[in-house]
Amino acid sequence: MSSDTKNIVIGLAGQQNAGKSTIFNMLTGASQHIANYPGVTVDKKAGSYRDDEGRVEIVDLPGTYSLTSYSLEERVARDFLLQEKPHAIVNVIDASSLRRGLYFTFQVLEMSFPVVMALNMVDVAEANGRKVDHQKLSELLGITVVPTVGRKKRGKEELRQAIRKTAQESREEKGKPAGGFQVFYEELEDKVVAVTSLLGSSKALSQGLPLRWLAVKLLEGDSEARKLVQQHHEEAESVLESVDMAIESFQEEMDLSPADHIVSIRDKVAASIVDQCVEVTAVYTVRTSEKIDRVLLHRGLAPIFLVLTVYLIYELSIVQGYKLTFLTWPALAWVRATVAGLLPDPGLLQDTMFRTLPLWLVDSVNTLLNYVPIFLILFALIAILEDSGYMARIAFILDRVFQSFGLHGQSTLPFILGGVFTGGCAVPGIMATKGIPDERSRLATILTVPYMNCLAKIPLYALLVNIYFTNHRSYVMLFISTITIIMAMIVAKLLTSTILYGRETAPFVMEMPNYHMPTLTGVLRRAFDRTWVYIKKVGTIVVAVAICVYVLLQFPGLPQERMAHYEGRMQEAIAVFQEEIQGTAYADILHGERILELLNISATYREAKLAASTQEASTAVDVRYEAKHPELFPLLRPRDAEARSVSRSLRNLANERSTLRTQIREETILHSYFGSVGRALEPVTQFAGFDWKINVALISSFAARESSVATLGVLFQEGADENITLEERMGRESEEGGRTSLHALALMLFFALYPPCLATTIMVKVQTGSYKWMLFSIAFPTVFGLAVVSGVFTVGSLLNLSGIQAMGAFYVLALATAIVLSFMEDPAWKRQRSNIVGTKEA
Amino acid sequence: MFHCFRRQGKKHSEDCAPCVSTKEACSDGRQVLTQVPKGCRCRIRRHMAHGAIRQRLLDLGFVPNAEVEMVRCATLGDPLEMRLGDYYVTLRKREAELIEVHVA
Repeated sequence: MSSDTKNIVIGLAGQQNAGKSTIFNMLTGASQHIANYPGVTVDKKAGSYRDDEGRVEIVDLPGTYSLTSYSLEERVARDFLLQEKPHAIVNVIDASSLRRGLYFTFQVLEMSFPVVMALNMVDVAEANGRKVDHQKLSELLGITVVPTVGRKKRGKEELRQAIRKTAQESREEKGKPAGGFQVFYEELEDKVVAVTSLLGSSKALSQGLPLRWLAVKLLEGDSEARKLVQQHHEEAESVLESVDMAIESFQEEMDLSPADHIVSIRDKVAASIVDQCVEVTAVYTVRTSEKIDRVLLHRGLAPIFLVLTVYLIYELSIVQGYKLTFLTWPALAWVRATVAGLLPDPGLLQDTMFRTLPLWLVDSVNTLLNYVPIFLILFALIAILEDSGYMARIAFILDRVFQSFGLHGQSTLPFILGGVFTGGCAVPGIMATKGIPDERSRLATILTVPYMNCLAKIPLYALLVNIYFTNHRSYVMLFISTITIIMAMIVAKLLTSTILYGRETAPFVMEMPNYHMPTLTGVLRRAFDRTWVYIKKVGTIVVAVAICVYVLLQFPGLPQERMAHYEGRMQEAIAVFQEEIQGTAYADILHGERILELLNISATYREAKLAASTQEASTAVDVRYEAKHPELFPLLRPRDAEARSVSRSLRNLANERSTLRTQIREETILHSYFGSVGRALEPVTQFAGFDWKINVALISSFAARESSVATLGVLFQEGADENITLEERMGRESEEGGRTSLHALALMLFFALYPPCLATTIMVKVQTGSYKWMLFSIAFPTVFGLAVVSGVFTVGSLLNLSGIQAMGAFYVLALATAIVLSFMEDPAWKRQRSNIVGTKEA
Repeated sequence: MFHCFRRQGKKHSEDCAPCVSTKEACSDGRQVLTQVPKGCRCRIRRHMAHGAIRQRLLDLGFVPNAEVEMVRCATLGDPLEMRLGDYYVTLRKREAELIEVHVA
């Protein structure tokens, strides 16, 4: 540490939720970057700013409650402090939790660092009736205390000045704890002093490390501290022996371990400081929340309120939100029509790629954008739940259920976002798993959120329900919504008992926040943030994937002879047409290019007429077309017998064209890359009742859930140009193909159990940090889903069950399995319990 | 374990009936957190857990000598909600069993 340089390094430390990141942003502004602590996957966030004297580099340490050696984050923070020895520490504390925050401060002070305290969120504390006298606090602790409101950037200058001053002073007096403040450990104090002097006898140790802190840590039984002694102290063995003896004798005298004693002393000191510095002005805030909870969390009533809340969310976001799409869809359709108008016209049998590709992209994007109103409402409602504090209550009520399956009460939010009952999107759902402290539950949640009912799956369900299950519509929808939860629980239990067996679990300790009125800006901001994530997903991944899917569905294209065959048929049809119109006034104008023109114009005319919702709009269409195509217009609205007969021939021609186009498209897909894969998979998937067309649709929907319906649309093209709905088309074809409701059930079930869409898979990688889990999240559901569905389909067909019957049977079976599994004791807890509870209390 | 059903006089915690015996035998006759009836207060004596779990409990305020008031339990009997100073914290039964207390 050369004293002539004016550049300093500062560590930013504190507990989680103290607003450390906001302070970091406040100090460094835009100049921050993320690096890595060597050898670990914890992010090292660093930034800098310049003040009058030089450059100040700030390292944002991971937020931890204290500085033990139990968690990776704590070890990283500790190692940074001990090895890189920053010139000063900025300890960010939440003014509303001063007592807990001080617990951390004492530890940093014990490490002999010069400390500046950023007393953050003073505005919230005051609003809650807690006014902190920061002067008094500063006096008692002997350090500078700067009140800040990080969110509003208040306190920035004062903090910067304090940092500079403290770092300056520290260089002038080394070795003493900052400001001379020390926690005296009462009955343990003499042992602390004794161990400290033992440690002091080693030169290596006294130069590199704060001795008193080390002594306290040794008496706490900290394993990393013991290692440090072994590494640096010449007489490590005897020192450690003395420490052990000290621990034992204290335990015998006081019937309390030194570690417990240390904790309670620190807390006592913290409490006394708080008493002296904090003025409580409003005692009753806390009480109101408790009163509300007496009703909402009443043992009997709580589930009722929960169900009501879920129902309300469903009603407002899905049902009402759907109504909003009646406004947005026409806008999107208009965009499509405009784009279609700008692109080259459709050819006779095939359209150029310049037309099909952009249209395909527009269609994919439109389907997704159509959901935006629903998502906005859904995310806003969820934000209200979070901000008001009710979300924590939901976690509280549901934790017992989650516990039986190896999950955590805090898995609630990810599941709700992923669409547990009401529909959602797995991408924000997985992002929300960040907060789950328990590693095992977190992974299990990440891997099961994709099972939830994402909104994009619903069109497929709706499609199949309308074709095959019209009489039992509501039962089927109920089945689908709940079977996903049941299956997710089963899978979670399976995973946590097997693959995730060895992971760390953490206690479910959660602070129950007070209720408060959600702010409009807060809710809107959160809703927009999450919706924006969704839109970004659409803009980037879905578009990229749509292009790939397009390519894989179109190329290599029809072999030459097939194309020639179709062209031949088209020519025949045209010849027939021309024969029929021989002798009419139109015979001269209608040949060659103009026939194509006429076909296209009549198609767009019909679309325009259908889109016109009022009489005037309809007339406007007529006027427009008459003006643009004066010669051909009479054929669009035939007035005389001649025109009518030509018009009829035209219709026949158009139908033939349409049929040929459909067949071409289908064959193209058959010969395409995806098609080949789909056909190759048929022998396996036949047990699940899937033919190659379904396989292709499923493969392309892996890329983006939403494209399942679009691909099915392409595959069941017969009559598409005549505006017959996809349902009818599929219905017709399936009758011919022998598909039954059992097939439909198999398809829906597989879709529910399907691996996550590409966007979600990428998010899995981001949250787990490993490709291994990402691949697992694809492979496992595919295999599992296929196995389950094949079972259902094969057994169902053997027993000749209808779709509904098989559905009922499966539901009962799944529910029974889940209930049985829930009684299985948590294997990890059994193992941990014997580790953590010594039979002889130490 | 259904001590939560018993409605003690919540208004005056001094009137709490003494600890009801549960089916779990505590080895030395000591009381654990799960035995504290609803509405009653107690003081934390020590933790029976070691390691990371103990640390997490300490971090959230379950320090020796802290006063804890048992507020309620969830519908299925688990988890428990309790008051520590001015904030409210939830804890699962299986973890609460590991905390030894004196009933105030």
